[in-house]
Order: sequence, then structure tokens, then C-alpha cells
Amino acid sequence: MISMHNISKTYVIGGEPLTVLQSVCLTVERGDFLAVIGPSGSGKSTLMNIIGCLDMPDEGDYRLDDLDVTDCTDNELSVVRNKKIGFIFQQFNLLGKLSAIDNVALPLIYQGISPREARKRAVAALEKVGLSDRVRHRPNELSGGQQQRVAIARALITNPSLILADEPTGNLDSKSGREIMGMLHELHAAGNTIVLITHDERIAMEAQKRVYISDGILTQERGGDGI
Amino acid sequence: MSILQAIRMALVSILSSKMRSFLTMLGIIIGVISVTILVSIVQGTTASVSGSISDMGSTLLTCTITADDPPDLTLTDLTDLEGEGSVDLVAPMVSSTVTTIADDTTYSTTVQGTTPSYLDIEGISVADGRFFNEVDLEYENTVCVVGTDVAENLFSTRSCVGNYLEMSGKKFLIIGVLEYSGSDSSGSKDDCVIIPFTTAQKLLQETDITEFYASADSSDTVTTAQATLEKYLYILTADEDSYSVYSETEVLDTIASVTDTMALMLGGIASISLLVGGIGIMNIMLVSVSERTREIGIRKSIGAKRRNIMSQFLVEALTLSIIGGLIGLVLGKIGIIIASIVMNSEYELSIPVALAAMAFSMVIGIIFGLYPAFKAARLKPIDALRYE
Repeated sequence: MISMHNISKTYVIGGEPLTVLQSVCLTVERGDFLAVIGPSGSGKSTLMNIIGCLDMPDEGDYRLDDLDVTDCTDNELSVVRNKKIGFIFQQFNLLGKLSAIDNVALPLIYQGISPREARKRAVAALEKVGLSDRVRHRPNELSGGQQQRVAIARALITNPSLILADEPTGNLDSKSGREIMGMLHELHAAGNTIVLITHDERIAMEAQKRVYISDGILTQERGGDGI
Repeated sequence: MSILQAIRMALVSILSSKMRSFLTMLGIIIGVISVTILVSIVQGTTASVSGSISDMGSTLLTCTITADDPPDLTLTDLTDLEGEGSVDLVAPMVSSTVTTIADDTTYSTTVQGTTPSYLDIEGISVADGRFFNEVDLEYENTVCVVGTDVAENLFSTRSCVGNYLEMSGKKFLIIGVLEYSGSDSSGSKDDCVIIPFTTAQKLLQETDITEFYASADSSDTVTTAQATLEKYLYILTADEDSYSVYSETEVLDTIASVTDTMALMLGGIASISLLVGGIGIMNIMLVSVSERTREIGIRKSIGAKRRNIMSQFLVEALTLSIIGGLIGLVLGKIGIIIASIVMNSEYELSIPVALAAMAFSMVIGIIFGLYPAFKAARLKPIDALRYE
């Protein structure tokens, strides 16, 4: 499903090269629920950006569903993100001017699906996350937990092969956080592949597998099978 | 993603900041208003000038002899020209400014000496009384026909037939008043006194005929008649630089080309404000791109391609310029109606001008939307998402 080999990434900040990822190797199988754990500045966000095809590694191979991502053009990456990856961000990243239904329908619109059909599917997706009564609300009229649920509905609407959650509970109170984690477990149980990026050990413990990242170097959990 | 979808997105974004959108459009609005009003007024003026000229009769030919030593040309010579090669009527003209006196009132006007044919050549008519005839001409009678302005200024009424007026110490009997033409163009006969040619020669001490009017049989034979007169004058003066024959059509063509140039020039000047409006759109679109960097990042992360982002911003710029153009057209139309009332003329918003102004503002929208749209589409999703 995900196969990363010797991935490296270096940024140049203020003239000084800064190696953020160093020969990272990572394999994720279909149906896995993997947590990537690391403190801030460890390179986990860069790793998540590369997994999510938002950024390109300087070196190494990355294959997603047998597709060599490092060979893709900008537009091909857009298609990959659209069809294969569902993002759940810490900041929710919903479009403030659009209602919940339009936010959820947007990935389908970019696929060229008719607005009518896209909205029909968006309503179904919002129902799944328990927001059928908030369809017309804008993000600023929703609570944090509700916004994250809209984001989950948006991530799921294209039936992606991979759900990429970046600190999904980071901006939520503990009750909403538990709800969202519960939802991720449900998705995992339903057969979805999930990669969870977090700094929080307790949340990571809920995942099936764990890997640690520190100073750009990935290490597997003692006795784990994450690599 | 369909174009309709893109327009919907653009409208959502434009409506979410109405004040800013309006200010952005203001440049285009003012540009379209000035283009439509200026061009319409020039076109309207052209139409009214050409209208009053063609009222004067498009068979009219004006002949002038400019030679320093004018050749001998008599009234009989002119009468002989009538009927030659499509020339219908010929009337000599001698004119001068003069002060007319009636009782204690004086009025400065133009005195014109001519023959009875002049009435038909110019296509004018006498409203009251009669025009002078061949007998008046032969006996050098001191009779005159006056325009309505002269009548009103001297006698405070248009019915002054039978009264006398005095010019250069001679008394003239008013035998007719010309029909009111109302035209303010230079060809107006409202402000003149017309007397028999022979009488005028004496009054103005002018023996040579250096100017005469002729008419062609019909408007189709004006060129033939013009050629006949030119040939005659060439034989007479033996110098092609010492005479000229103008037809009304020539004058019309000249006026048309002058006003066309003027319309183009004014339209061009007004177009500059459209251009400035376009720069305003580009400015705001650029601000909008950096303000919405995060939105672009989110859209890209969920699968927007470059062209999706590009078309979103381009359609937004285009929508702004189209809405601005439409508002400008509506306000321009209102402005033209107001100008018509204020300036007491009939101005019309011509469809080609409206379409051209609209098309121009759309082109401006595309040109000045292109760079911001390109800039937005090129943003990397990761940089855009990180942007706060």
C-alpha cells in the first residue's frame, strides 16, 4: 500500500541546510492503523506531507498503490490526492465561505462529478458522521468537533485508499477528541487504512502499530512490526 | 468542473466582500460610462449636423472663383449654364455684413444679393409675402426678403411685410419673410437679408461675380454637374487653382470623417480609464491571491488541479469586469438620457458602442486576471497550507 525507501528531505533555512528526514523507510499495509509519533520539530509533519503527496522528497522512492509518486507531475499529484488520500487536519482546513455540504462535495466537484450528484453523496457522507442536521451550516457555525466531523466526511467521500490524520484531536476538547478517535476506530474496523500523526503517546496507543520519529530518523516500536 | 460551477464559486467569493468588489469594479464602471456617453454624444452631434446639411439639399453645388483678377462673368453667362450637362439652376451670390436700421432699431446681419433661382437651389421658401422676381432684378428694385431673426430683431414680429428697412443709406421695401428654419448651423437663412443681385452690386459696389450656387438635376447627377461646372470654370480662368466647386456630399464626407476621428479619439481617451480599471482589478486579485493562499492550499490538498485554481481566479476577475461593465452600461444609458435633456438634443446609446465597451472590459478582465490567476495556480500546496 505505502512503500517508502530511503526518503530524505533537506530544507535550506537561512543559508544553513537542515535535514528534516534522513533515509526514512516505511511500509504500510492495506487495512493498517499506524501511528507516527514524534515531538514537534521531529520531522513528522514533513513525513506526513510527503505521504500525503503535498510535498516531494529530495531522495528516495515512494510508491503508493504501486504508483511511483516521485515521478508524478503537479496535476497528477492533484489527482492522487483527490482519489487516493483523505486528509484530516488539526486545523480542520474547511473553506469558511462554503456550507458543510459544499465543503464535503468539493472533492467530487474537482473529479468532474455533477453538482447535483456530488451534493447527494455529500449529504450521505454527512449523515454517516452524524451531522445530517447541520448540512447547511458554515464552519464558523459549528463546534470544533463538528467541524472535524465535516472534515472526516470530506476525507471519506472519494473512498480513498488511505486516510491521513494529522493531529486530528489536537484542537479539540477531550470529549470531542474521544468521539473523533472512536470514528477512526470505526473506519479502521470497516477496513480503511489509516495513518495517524501525533505527538501524544496516549492517542498513539490506540493505533494498531506505532513508529517513532525523532530528528528525522524513524525507529520502530520495541517489538512492533511497523516498518 | 464545469464553467457554471466556476461562475458560482466566483459569485460566492465576490458577494462575500461586496464593498471591496464594488470598489474594484468602480474603475471599469467609470470607464464604460465615459466611453458610452462620450461616443454617443459625438455620434449624436454628427447625426444632427449631417441631418441639417442634407436638409439643405444634396443637389447643391457651391462655386467660388479665387483668382486675383476675376474673369468677366455676367448674369447672362450664368443663365446660359442652366440646362448644360446636368446643371439645373444657377444663381450668383454677393454678400457682406451690414447694419440694418428700421425706425430707431439697428441690427447687424448679412446681406446677400442673388437671383430668384436661389430659392429653389437652396430649397428654402417664403412664409409671408413673396420673393423678388426677374422684374425686380432687371430694374434694380430696392426690395428685400428677410429671415425671421432679422424680422424679430427689427420689428419684434415676423409679420413685417410692407415695412421699410435701411441699409447703407438706402431704403428697402420688405416684400417677404423667409420660412423659419430653426437650424443653428452656419447654413441657416434665419439671419440674413436677401436682395436682388443687381441692387446688391450697386449697394456693395461689387461688379465681379466671384461666387455662385448651382443645383444638379437630381442627387444622382451631382458629380456630372460638378464636372460641367469645373470644366466651364477651367476654360474661363485657364488656371485650375483659381476656382473651386464643392458639393454638399463632399462637405458631408468631410464632416463625417472629422467626427469619426473625434469619436475615436474621445473613445480612446475614455478607454484609458477602462485600462486603469483593469489595473485596479489586477491589484485586488493579487491581494486576494495572497489573502486566500490557505484556501488555495486546502483546495489543492483535496484535489484541485492547476487549471481549477487558474479558472477560479480568472472567472472571478472576468465576472468582476462583466458586472462592472453592465453597471457601467446602465449608468451610461441613464447619463445619455440626462445629457439629452440637459443639452436639448437626441442622443442614443448605439448597440455597437455598447457591445464594444462590454467586449473591451471583458478583454481587460481576462488580461489583468491572468497574472494573479497564474500566480495562484502555481502555489505549492504545502506552502499554501502552511500559510497563516
